[in-house]
Amino acid sequence: MSLTQQASPGAPQDRPTRRPKPPGARRRAAETRAGYAFLAPWLLGFIALTAGPMLASLYLAFTNYHPIRGGSWIGLDNFSRLFDDSRFLDSAQVTAIYAVVGTPIKLVAALGVAMLLNSRRRGQGTYRSLFYAPSLIGASVSVAIVWKAVFNDQGIVDDIGQFFGMPAGGWVGNPDLTLPMMILLAVWQFGAPMVIFLAGLKQIPNELYEAAQVDGAGPWRQFVRITLPMLSPVLFFNLVLETINSFQVFASAFIISGGTGGPANSTLFYTLYLYQRGFGQGQLGYAAAMAWLLVIVVGIITLVFFKTSKYWVHYSGDGR
Amino acid sequence: MSTVSHTQEAPEATEPPVPPSPVHAELLRRARRRRRARTVLFHVLSWGLAVVILYPGVWMLLSAFRPSNQIIGQTGLIPDETTLDNFRKALEGIGGISFWTFFGNSMILAVGSVMGICLSCSVSAYAFARIDFPGRRIFFALMIGTLLLPFHVVIIPQFIMFNEIGWTDSYGPLLIGKFLATEAFFVFLMVQFMRNLPRELDESARIDGAGHPRIFFSIVLPLMRPVLATASIFAFIWSWNDFLAPLIYLRSPDSYPLPLMLRQYTDQTTVSDYGAQMAAAVLALVPVLLFFVLFQRYIVEGVATQGLKG
Repeated sequence: MSLTQQASPGAPQDRPTRRPKPPGARRRAAETRAGYAFLAPWLLGFIALTAGPMLASLYLAFTNYHPIRGGSWIGLDNFSRLFDDSRFLDSAQVTAIYAVVGTPIKLVAALGVAMLLNSRRRGQGTYRSLFYAPSLIGASVSVAIVWKAVFNDQGIVDDIGQFFGMPAGGWVGNPDLTLPMMILLAVWQFGAPMVIFLAGLKQIPNELYEAAQVDGAGPWRQFVRITLPMLSPVLFFNLVLETINSFQVFASAFIISGGTGGPANSTLFYTLYLYQRGFGQGQLGYAAAMAWLLVIVVGIITLVFFKTSKYWVHYSGDGR
Repeated sequence: MSTVSHTQEAPEATEPPVPPSPVHAELLRRARRRRRARTVLFHVLSWGLAVVILYPGVWMLLSAFRPSNQIIGQTGLIPDETTLDNFRKALEGIGGISFWTFFGNSMILAVGSVMGICLSCSVSAYAFARIDFPGRRIFFALMIGTLLLPFHVVIIPQFIMFNEIGWTDSYGPLLIGKFLATEAFFVFLMVQFMRNLPRELDESARIDGAGHPRIFFSIVLPLMRPVLATASIFAFIWSWNDFLAPLIYLRSPDSYPLPLMLRQYTDQTTVSDYGAQMAAAVLALVPVLLFFVLFQRYIVEGVATQGLKG
């Protein structure tokens, strides 16, 4: 990079006589002032749009707040009602299955394709970009519309399914098949973790494989003993990110089910139910309780990932 | 997979100065054949995957040219009849509001987001990456924490707040966060980038008497062009595709961005005109695809470098 070339026009041409260095304390105060001045946008946003609202929603979770009727403190009522609410339990189940089944499939697909593309061959870059494309548009309403059409009765997936002996009728209206359809939509967007895996694979020194080959290790052994351990930090990163992402599906489920979460609550994702309760029915207190419950669950999952990571994530070789 | 090592071995094998013995030649031939077989396999697999992955998109594009009654139930790609009717109808828009109004609204939101994110995130990232002040580490940890925070927990109080100050049905709630660096992804991306810029640059500028504003605007910001490009592309596309926030905040249809217009098409109450629906879905994706075709290297590399360090 031509850093110095680009930098020189900005720097003053003539060096003024060097100012006497201000005493450390004053200089530190100036640094602090500059630091907070530069941090101001983020700090303001953090207080007004993240931390403040988080505290507010914690309070709301213990009220029955409604945008028009207002609300009052009801203690843990929201939380106890949640566990009697069959639609809530359905939404938690749908989301949990989606996260637990979908995330590993997506990561395996991403890793497999990354390994396929991890060689210097013609077209590698083109394939990489092509496979990434769905990740970019997957959350859009356009894609949800297409997905609905492709998985509808008489869509191509239905045709292929019938060829393999599945009953006709499409996936969109069949409560047993809507969740697999949503998982396929998630897996279809394997591009983002794939690109990250690919970057990780390129960091693995070739000598390791050469040494392993000299020792007579086959491809599977090389994969288990070299690729996986060397890739574990990247795998960890992808796992955390994709798991958290999987709790946030909204647009596609909303469009495919017409906002209902149907048929039979089979696409009633957590976010969708939260939206229905909070913004559809104005039960903002109840929705806030749902949101906090999710934060707690996501927090626990993330904590478990981080705590267990020392047993399977290896930081070696790159000076860490 | 051991594919890489094969390409490495080949030059070694050809090296010996003595003419290869018949056995050696046979081994070479076999290695070459195996390499060719692997290359063929690579392309077959990649092509197969590409076909499966691209099918929905290609089907959507070509369906948009089919007469409306021939879309559902057609799994093939090539239309029997082609028509531009769907696009005409899609451009007419919905409820007397032209497609271009929705398109313009999306554009305002996307461009606003890009501007907000580039401004606020670069400034904040500079504080994290280049200024030493008490509290920086804690704030940085908090910033990373928001990266993992489900957004559900803030949308409800935010909605109440914006409702109280009368901002609903305006673009304020959709844009303000972009100008206040709330999307930690972009701050993080820029911090990572700035950390790789040589420190000597600002040190020498400091000796010359430049303060932080000067260092930021004349030295760091110009060097940040690549990361600003990456951030802009993502900011644009994410804003363009965003559905939930407009759904929550916008009430009047003539302020809707494209995703909300598309949603009207899928409503049971309106007539299901599949052709117009497909054409509108295609048109809504055009800017995103255009961006992707033009900048795919930036996009893909942006994802890769962001993921490198956890």
